[in-house]
Formats: sequence, C-alpha cells, structure tokens
Amino acid sequence: MQQIIDRRLAGKNKSIGNRERFLRRHKEQIREAVRRAVEGRGIRDIAQGEDIHIPRRDISEPVFGHGQGGKREMVHPGNKDFVRGDRIERPKGGQGGSGQASDAGGGEDDFVFHLSKEEFMQVFFDDLALPNLIRTTLADTPEYKTHRAGFSSDGTPNNLHVVRSMRGAIGRRIALGSESRRELHRLEDLLVELRAQPVSAERLHEIEQLETDIAALRARIDRIPYLDPIDLRYRSRVRTPVPTAKAVMFCVMDVSGSMDEARKDLAKRFFILLYLFLTRHYEKIDIVFIRHHTQAQEVDEHDFFHATETGGTVVSSALVLMEEIIRARYPRNEWNVYGAQASDGDNWHDDSPRCRQLLEHGILPLCRYFAYIQVVEQEQNLWHEYASLAEASDTFAMRKASEVDQIYPVFRDLFRKEGAAK
Amino acid sequence: MSDTFNRRHVGQAATPDEYGGRRPRPPLRVPLPPTDRPAQTLPGPSDWTFDLIDQYHAVIRATAERFSLDTYPNQLEIITAEQMMDAYASVGMPVNYRHWSYGKEFISTEKNYRRGQMGLAYEIVINSNPCISYLMEENTMAMQALVIAHAAYGHNSFFKGNYLFRMWTDAGSIVDYLVYAKNYVAACEERHGVDAVELLLDSCHALMNYGVDRYRRPGKLSLTQELERAKDREAYAQQQVNEIWRTLPPKSGKDAGEKEQARFPADPQENLLYFIEKNAPLLEPWQREIVRIVRKIAQYFYPQRQTQVMNEGWATFWHHHLLNTMYDDGYLEDGIMIEWLKSHTNVVFQPPVDHPAYSGMNPYALGFAMYSDIKRICEAPTDEDRYWFPDIAGRDWLETLDHAMRNFKDESFIGQYLSPRVMRNFRLFSIVDDEVDPTLEVSAIHDEAGYRSLREAMSRQYDLGSREPNIQVWSVNLRGDRSLMLRHTQHNERPLHDNAYEVLKHVARLWGFPVHLESVGSLGNVSRRWTVDPSTA
Repeated sequence: MQQIIDRRLAGKNKSIGNRERFLRRHKEQIREAVRRAVEGRGIRDIAQGEDIHIPRRDISEPVFGHGQGGKREMVHPGNKDFVRGDRIERPKGGQGGSGQASDAGGGEDDFVFHLSKEEFMQVFFDDLALPNLIRTTLADTPEYKTHRAGFSSDGTPNNLHVVRSMRGAIGRRIALGSESRRELHRLEDLLVELRAQPVSAERLHEIEQLETDIAALRARIDRIPYLDPIDLRYRSRVRTPVPTAKAVMFCVMDVSGSMDEARKDLAKRFFILLYLFLTRHYEKIDIVFIRHHTQAQEVDEHDFFHATETGGTVVSSALVLMEEIIRARYPRNEWNVYGAQASDGDNWHDDSPRCRQLLEHGILPLCRYFAYIQVVEQEQNLWHEYASLAEASDTFAMRKASEVDQIYPVFRDLFRKEGAAK
Repeated sequence: MSDTFNRRHVGQAATPDEYGGRRPRPPLRVPLPPTDRPAQTLPGPSDWTFDLIDQYHAVIRATAERFSLDTYPNQLEIITAEQMMDAYASVGMPVNYRHWSYGKEFISTEKNYRRGQMGLAYEIVINSNPCISYLMEENTMAMQALVIAHAAYGHNSFFKGNYLFRMWTDAGSIVDYLVYAKNYVAACEERHGVDAVELLLDSCHALMNYGVDRYRRPGKLSLTQELERAKDREAYAQQQVNEIWRTLPPKSGKDAGEKEQARFPADPQENLLYFIEKNAPLLEPWQREIVRIVRKIAQYFYPQRQTQVMNEGWATFWHHHLLNTMYDDGYLEDGIMIEWLKSHTNVVFQPPVDHPAYSGMNPYALGFAMYSDIKRICEAPTDEDRYWFPDIAGRDWLETLDHAMRNFKDESFIGQYLSPRVMRNFRLFSIVDDEVDPTLEVSAIHDEAGYRSLREAMSRQYDLGSREPNIQVWSVNLRGDRSLMLRHTQHNERPLHDNAYEVLKHVARLWGFPVHLESVGSLGNVSRRWTVDPSTA
C-alpha cells in the first residue's frame, strides 16, 4: 500500500546530538570567543547569543586527493571560439574547473556559526558552581518525582495495563466457570450414553430433561462476563517528594559617592554575571539585594541595578543588615547562605575593623562562602582588614578587578568548580 | 521461498533472479494506452493537502505503470525544512550515528538557509525498501507533484533497476543496519568515552573512500544477524590479528621450508579499511566493529558516487516525461505545468565555462540531455545517428532506455551513449593540462574529428578510479617494526594533495605502528614518501 506519512511533528532537533559534539570539539575556541564577546558587551546584552568564528583548517576532514600538477584532460561545456590545437594561457591562482577548488586553493575563510543564547550561557558558566553547597532539606513547595509502584485496582484509563487486566479476566472466567463446566461435561457424556440406548418413552423424557439442564448450564457459563470491572489493573505511579538544596545569595553593593559610574558598572557586571549564573544553575534559590552608602537597604533587582541614589560610605551598615536578614529569614539548618560584596574599598576609616569583626564573628559562621570584589586597584584600609581575614578563613575569598575585561576571569576564579582545572 | 546464493567469492555480476526475487519485469516495448480522459483536470491550488497529494500520486503512479517503471513500494513522508536540514546533515539518511562532522554540516546548512543564500533541495530520496521520499512542507502542490515523479518513480526505479545498486546495496536492510550502527556507536560512547569514539570515527571517515570493495559483493546486512554475529566476529577477528604478532622464532627444523617469509599481504589490498579492520594489531574488538560499520556505510554509498549523471538524469527525464504525459492526458492544469517547468529549467541549466556560476558539468543537465537524446535516436534517427548508434537507431525507446538504465555506470554510460548531437548542444571541448607544458591545449572540440576523443575524455572524467588517487596496502613489515606501507600509483603523473600527510596520521592512529606512504610514478620511481609514527602523530 502506498502511503503518506506526516513526520513534521516527530523528531525535531534530531541533529542536536551532532551539534553538541561539534561544540564540544571546538570548546576552547568557543570559550575564547565567548570571553571576548562578554568583554565588549553592555550590561543588558550580556546574555545573548554570539557568532563564533573557527578557522576552516581546524575543522577540515582530510581525505586523499589529487594535488596540482601532472597531466589531465578536462571536458568543459560552452565552447565559443576555440578550435582544436588552440593554446590557452594557464589561469593564475586556483586552477578553475577541477571541482576541487574548495579543498585546494583559498578556503581559508573562517567557519562562522551562531551560538544560541542557551549555548552561550552554557559555555559562559561552564565548570562553575556554588562552593560548599551541601545542606539539603525538603523545600516549602517540595518537588515531586513520580515513579512506578506496581499495579493497582483503580486508576485512570491511560494507565490501564491491558495484559494484566486480561490475565485477571481469564483467571476469573476459569474460576467462576469451572464447576458449571465440569457438570456440563458430565451431563453431555450422559446424554451421549442415553442416546445410544434403545428408544423408549422414559428415555425420551430423560433425554429431554438432560437437554434442558445442559442448555441452562451453557447459559450460565455464557453469562460469565468476558471482562469485569474487577479485572482491571492499572499501572500505579506514586509521587515522592525530592529533597532540594536551598541556597540564598546576598548581593551587597556600595553605591556611595566614591563609586563613580565606571566603578558601578564594574560592580554591576559582576553581579549580573552572578545573577545569571545563579538563576541558571539553581532553581531553588533566593537572592537578596542589599545596597548601601551610609545606610543599607534591601532593594529589588531593578532598583539594585538601576537606581541612582548616592551618599557617604559605611560598609558595616550593609553587613549588619545582612546578618539581621539571615537570622530572621534564613535559618542556618535549612539554607546554604552565600554572600558577595562589591565595593571600591573606600570606607569610613573607623568602620573597616568593625566590618572585619562583623564578618568574622557574625556572618562567616553563618555563610558557606563569601566573596569580596574590589573594583579599584588601590588598596585601602578595608582591603587590608579583609586580607588578614582571607588568610585565616577558607570560606572567604577576595579579588580585585579594575578593568572590564578582568571581571569574567575573576568571576570564574571565585566560583570555579572544585577540582576543575584553572 | 527462493534460495539465496552466496556469490561473494564468485566475483560475477548478479543475475536477474537473485536477491529475494527482485526479478525485474521485462520492459514494455511500447507504453500502454492511456485510460479514459478525465472530465476535468486535477485541482491546482498552490497549497498542498494530503488529499491532493493522494490524488496526484494516484495519477502519477498510473502513468508510471503505463511505462512499466519498476519500483520499490513508495513511502512519502512530509517533513519540515529543519528536518530536511537534519537529513542533509546526516548524509541524507533517516538515522545515523552521531558525529561532529554531521553537526558541522547541519550548522553550515542552517546558516546558509537562514540567510537565504541557498534553497534546500526539494527532496531527498533514500535507497531503501520501501523507498522513502521526503517531501518538504514548504513546497507548493506543483513542486510536490514534481518531487513525487522525480524521486518516488525516477530515483526509485533507478535504485531498483541499476546493476550497481542491485549488486552493492541491500535496500531492504539499510535502515535496520543504520539503527544498529547508531546504537552500537552510542553504546561504545557510553562505555569507552565520547572522545575515544570520535577519534576513531574521524580516522575512519578520512579513509571512507578507501573502504569499499570494488569487485566483490559484500554479504547481506541484516539487523538480527548482525547483532548475533557481532560478538563472534569480535572474538574471532581478535584471534586473527595474532598473525601479525606471530613473530616468535620458528621452532628449529619444523618451519625451515618457510624461512623466506612470505609477503604480507600476499597481494596489494585496495580496501584499506577492510585491511585495517582485519589486521590492525592494536585495535580493540569494539573499534574493529566501528571500522566495519563505516566501511559498510561507505559501501552502501559507493554506487551513488558512480552513477550521479545516470541517476539524476534518469529521475529528471522521468519527471519531465511523466508530468508531460499527464498534461497530454488532461490531468494537469496550465498553472501547475508552468510552475514545475520553471523549476525543471533551473535544474537542467548548464552554465557555460565562462559563466560566473560555472562549477563543472551539471549532472542533471547532462543526464537529462542524454536520456532524451536516446529516446530521440530511437524515434527519429538521423543518418548521423544510424552511423553512430546502429544498434539502437529506430528501436523501441522504452526498451532501449531501460537497458541503458540497468546495465551501466556513469563512465560506461557516457562512453556508450554520449551522442554527437549532445556534444554539439553543450558545445563541449576538452583541455589538456600538462605540468611540463607552459600553456593549456584545446585537444578536441565538438566536431567530426573530436567526437570520439571528447567522449573518451568525458567518460574518463567520471571514472572513480581516475578521479581518486589509487592507494593500496603494499606490505607490512612483519619482521621489524610492524610498519604498514601504502603505495600510491600515480595516474598521468598526478601527485597527491598535501592533505595526504594529515590522512596518513589517521591511518597511523588506526594501525598503531609507523605508516609509510610512497607515491610511485609511471616509471616505477618513488617520487615522494611520507612517514608517520603514531607515537608522534
């Protein structure tokens, strides 16, 4: 039978496996391209796709072929004025018309393709993870996973297990009918016997009696239903709650007067990276944005990145607020707490030792990891205080990034997966 | 039940009654008469529907039967442009194992398509039984009709009829085999890591063109047998490799007669992948199986590479003839005709040599012109035709065409049937490019003196044997470092491309010991030599 099959809905993205293998193979070049791309981008455009260039020679698949030289004869169409014996100048450069021009000459153009946003982010955050994430509990709105748990006698029709049901039905029919069938066979044998005997009125009566009985038995057997609701068996699926790791991330940024636009831009880039990273890797994650000048306040995402308030600098105000929030909302036995702070290192002079105190005794014991990033090169008192802390604690890390192109490496450095190569 | 014969070692062409009763129907001498003229033409909107495709297909099928086109059953599948690119990327097959090169292909196809630099092919047809033809969703009704006639009847009958396909491919089992290959490769990736499999496949692909048997038909492929035998084969092949390891000093006296170690292999081997599969000392069993898979798939495509002109020409001739006949019989509207004719004209356009779009002969144009000309020679021969083709001039065209389709490949088809008129129409001329000569020479043009040499040159141009360098396994150094020697025999002093060194690295990776390649000129002189040591490659 000739037939038409509609395949349009089937097998979309069948090539995705091949594409992945291709990307995997050229990971280094792609990573490099992604790094370059991020440096040049504005904050809003960071999470976009990118065109990737790969030199063609890197993706060639060599095969044996003929090179230039030797003697060969080629037939071409479209003769205009040649006659036999004409001599033609040898064309310069790539010999035309050999059909191998793409392997032989030229062909050094880059292989260009577009990396989708998803793939871009994949490369971007490859090998990164939140450090020390261990504590797992059941979340408030737990996730469920369904898995099979044998068979049950009720369920929805789509879960009906036909084989099981039919097996039950056969068993029931055999069990319910066996007595009647045995009786039926006995009577049938008897009937045959009687019929074989000589005819008499009594016999005829007996035969008639037997035939009525047999008909009754047959009817009874026939009345046994082929399939009864009690035969139905359904695949049983149960849902079990899955424990999830819950994490909360504190983003602390200095918005004081000394943080000019360029510095804020650096800090923002860092947090945007962090934000994208977190939203990508962890579904169950809370993010708390704290910005501070002389006073700290908790703000939403939009205000954090875009509001333009400004003032003096008291770093400790933010840390105090952070500690309060942790104690109030994120009990240590349920949450993995992370902190990231960005500042230009400029602080009210007497405040820096206090910051260190707060971190060391208040926040770090509650935190899994705390990262500090300073957006200027110059080391001020805050940096010195923190530096002594960093030596003592392995859950505290600090880096400097004074240029846009340092943000990404610093970020990668801070959140490198344990065991991943530098 | 018909018996099957194992002809693998007989080296003789298949007879018509072999291979599961695929005996061709004898061709009709004249087409059957048309059925009654329909009351009205088929509807001709630009959008297709399933119902319409069914109607058109029914008429096309009936028309094809009038010309006794013998085909596998047809399976038409509607797919999207993206799926078409998928199929493109995996060498036109519905399933295939995963490899980065297909990803690369997909990415570049997609990019070109998105930018509108390239239209997708309207159709892909798979040499399988049933014969699967892909119709693209975006095509108009006229294009779908064209594709059905072209792929489902033209290509399909060629696949079923041509001797190369009958001899080298097993349409019934190819899809099963690809499923097996895909699963096997996936299992290997899981067990041995994606990288190891990728390296191996890269190396095998580099030698794919040298993984075909040219003179013996390989065994049938079947999923179940293949699975059953894969294990045995692995174990057995591993034992056989020991041939190369068997270099322990022979026991004194016993093997004295064999002192002069025989050459290994006894004769040069042209199937490099086969040789490697059977003899490479260091390959693991699973690696041998993958080499085998690549080899089998290369073999499957081997006939297609040899019958481009014939295959495309045949399909083009038949869509042209079928649709025209349908028009004559009153089935097609004028609008449909104009649309497919426009597309047909584009397909058979042959840019002349000085045209910017020129990139060699267009196989559609040449093939279409040749089949059409054979038909003309049969129906209305001129004196010239009687002189050049005394055996077909004036014969029944259907029978002649059928014979021409079944029993040739490009090289012999052109050698046999390229007529002076076709050469004149294309204004063919040949150029000799000799390295030692500072200029190129026009050696023949489309005139009385040039026809024969033009035809020969054209035929040689389609000879795979001269298109691809002739490289064979020459010897293995059994006594010493187990190095493998390959030999390139130059044809017309044409040297190897510089890629050879890169390919040789792949050979060395498969062989596991040093590999040498010698390029030998016509005088027996070794003009160039490459060596790759796997430890440095």
